[in-house]
Amino acid sequence: MRRVISVLLVLAMVFALAGCGGGQTLDGSAKKVVMITDTGGLGDESFNDLAYEGILRAAEDFGIQYSVLESATADDYAPNIAAAVEEGADLIVCVGFLFEGVLAEMAVQYPDQLFALVDAQVDAPNVAGLTFSEEEGSFLVGVAAGLMTETDKVGYIGGMQFPVIEKFQYGYQAGVKAANPDAQVFVAYTQSFDDSAAGKENALAQHNQGADVIYHAAGGCGIGLIQAADEQGFWAIGVDQDQSSLAPDHVLCSMIKRVDVAVYDAIKLVLEDSFTGNDIKYALSADGVGISDNAGNVPEDIMEQVEAWKAKIVAGDFAVPYDLDTFEAFEVPEM
Amino acid sequence: MTTAIFISLLTSAIRLATPLLLAALAGVYSERSGVVNIALEGIMIAGAFFSIWFTHLTGSAWIGVGAGIVFGVFTSAILAAIAINLKGNQVIAGTAINLLMTALTAFLLEIIWHRSGSTPTAPAMLTTNPLKFLEGIPLLGTFFKQLTPFVYMAFIMVFVAYFTLWKTPWGLHVRAVGEHPRAAETVGIDVYKTRWVCVLISGALAGLAGATLSVGTVGLFREGMVAGKGFIALAALVFGKWHPVKTMLACLFFGLCSAANILAQSFGVNAPTEFLAMIPYIATILVLIGIVGKAQGPKASGEPYEKDEK
Repeated sequence: MRRVISVLLVLAMVFALAGCGGGQTLDGSAKKVVMITDTGGLGDESFNDLAYEGILRAAEDFGIQYSVLESATADDYAPNIAAAVEEGADLIVCVGFLFEGVLAEMAVQYPDQLFALVDAQVDAPNVAGLTFSEEEGSFLVGVAAGLMTETDKVGYIGGMQFPVIEKFQYGYQAGVKAANPDAQVFVAYTQSFDDSAAGKENALAQHNQGADVIYHAAGGCGIGLIQAADEQGFWAIGVDQDQSSLAPDHVLCSMIKRVDVAVYDAIKLVLEDSFTGNDIKYALSADGVGISDNAGNVPEDIMEQVEAWKAKIVAGDFAVPYDLDTFEAFEVPEM
Repeated sequence: MTTAIFISLLTSAIRLATPLLLAALAGVYSERSGVVNIALEGIMIAGAFFSIWFTHLTGSAWIGVGAGIVFGVFTSAILAAIAINLKGNQVIAGTAINLLMTALTAFLLEIIWHRSGSTPTAPAMLTTNPLKFLEGIPLLGTFFKQLTPFVYMAFIMVFVAYFTLWKTPWGLHVRAVGEHPRAAETVGIDVYKTRWVCVLISGALAGLAGATLSVGTVGLFREGMVAGKGFIALAALVFGKWHPVKTMLACLFFGLCSAANILAQSFGVNAPTEFLAMIPYIATILVLIGIVGKAQGPKASGEPYEKDEK
């Protein structure tokens, strides 16, 4: 008996020490996370990849099991969710607002299954919506674009015109307006998140009209924009993650969205048994969104102004517009 | 100013039409010989992928394009074997090839680059005008400056297709095989051989169309980048009534609609872009139901041919 107790004590100490050392108090080896991509799929250099990164990091830190189901078309969402439930997932991460409608139904069908939904919210107790203040991050790159442009013309290319994509547009437009009231913003939507050729043609059309800085929120179409910028020598602004590696000389900066952090946090909550299905918003103040410039293309004085605007937003001095109404009501605050 | 806008509209339309045109011509060859080619999308995916892979391997975009064509031919050989020799259902065979190529390229991405979704940017690409001397022409110089080598290849192929299919004895054989294979065989035309050759040509052209999208546009391969263009090409083929020149006009019309849509947006015209995007397909449906001219495909298209029992 004493032997058993001493062994237990030793084990307890070992675990306590391990806990102090690596911060690795959670053991997730019995937990399984299944991630389901939207049609953008892995390799979108965007939020699907970022969510995956969050899962990989969780796997490294907590030893969770994980798998990924890719959705080739929107018709795959429901079967993929059903397959993930069958697999016995402890948490299903649905990436992208395109899941919104499907998940609203499936969450009712599987009331005991926990879901995390990136980029949208569903009114169900077992679904945690992980959303981001994209308008705030877009505002910052808008400021950078407004200050960088030499033609006083900048562009924006969106994928499909959904409210979540419009948040990027209006935040960006407000940022441009704040930094450079004279600048004109061209707005285009490609009606696709895949068609890189269409992204390129849109970018060339805007550049022909004089735009010399173009921002995108168009997934794979953005690759076309960045290619056009590299060929024609204007600035592209990346989205979701730092895209400067695609064209280091022509990606000015990127609006980053920490989907990886959000997914990682959600997994951690599940392991801690404190996942409640409450929606979580990742704002600029929590570094859920932000501006990233890995290639160092934004001049220092411009970056200082961007930081100043960031401080004002974080301090809550003004609200960044996220749709047409709030944009029309937006007045540039005093600096 | 207005000329500059007009030229950018025109070049944008032509660039957007180029992959469609190559794929639609691929459809002309195959369907004129009596084989429905739903697999255009899958062959384009193969062409887009292998052209980038070989550009990475060799550093030469032209070798990449060649590889795209060769693998397009390989892919179409699957269709030919099933549709011609095995007399399988051509639509189902085509659909299977589309699914196969989507999956195969995703699989190879993992194997070759250990990543999913997209390849790294290729070391070379063909996105600029190959004929530099044309840029010196006043006014038209800016027009030529914005074209890629694929644009020239596509338009040359229109006339090659027209000439071979309508002005040579072989072309007459092809069209006869597509209309009435039994009659063609009775006069000594080898139906199987003719169809095989046409399907392989079709594969070469669709592979080139795929390379247009990768090597000729963004310099990398990304899953989903073909984005249904193989099917849009089929629509253009119907709209162009299976004729190379009319198909070219259909593709230019489709390209012009997209380009006008893009240009209108860049002007800040508050146009209903979804509606503009629909126009080409509405037009195709109108042609199909016979309101704007009649769309009559080759009669034997889609039907496997059974050789006579001796």
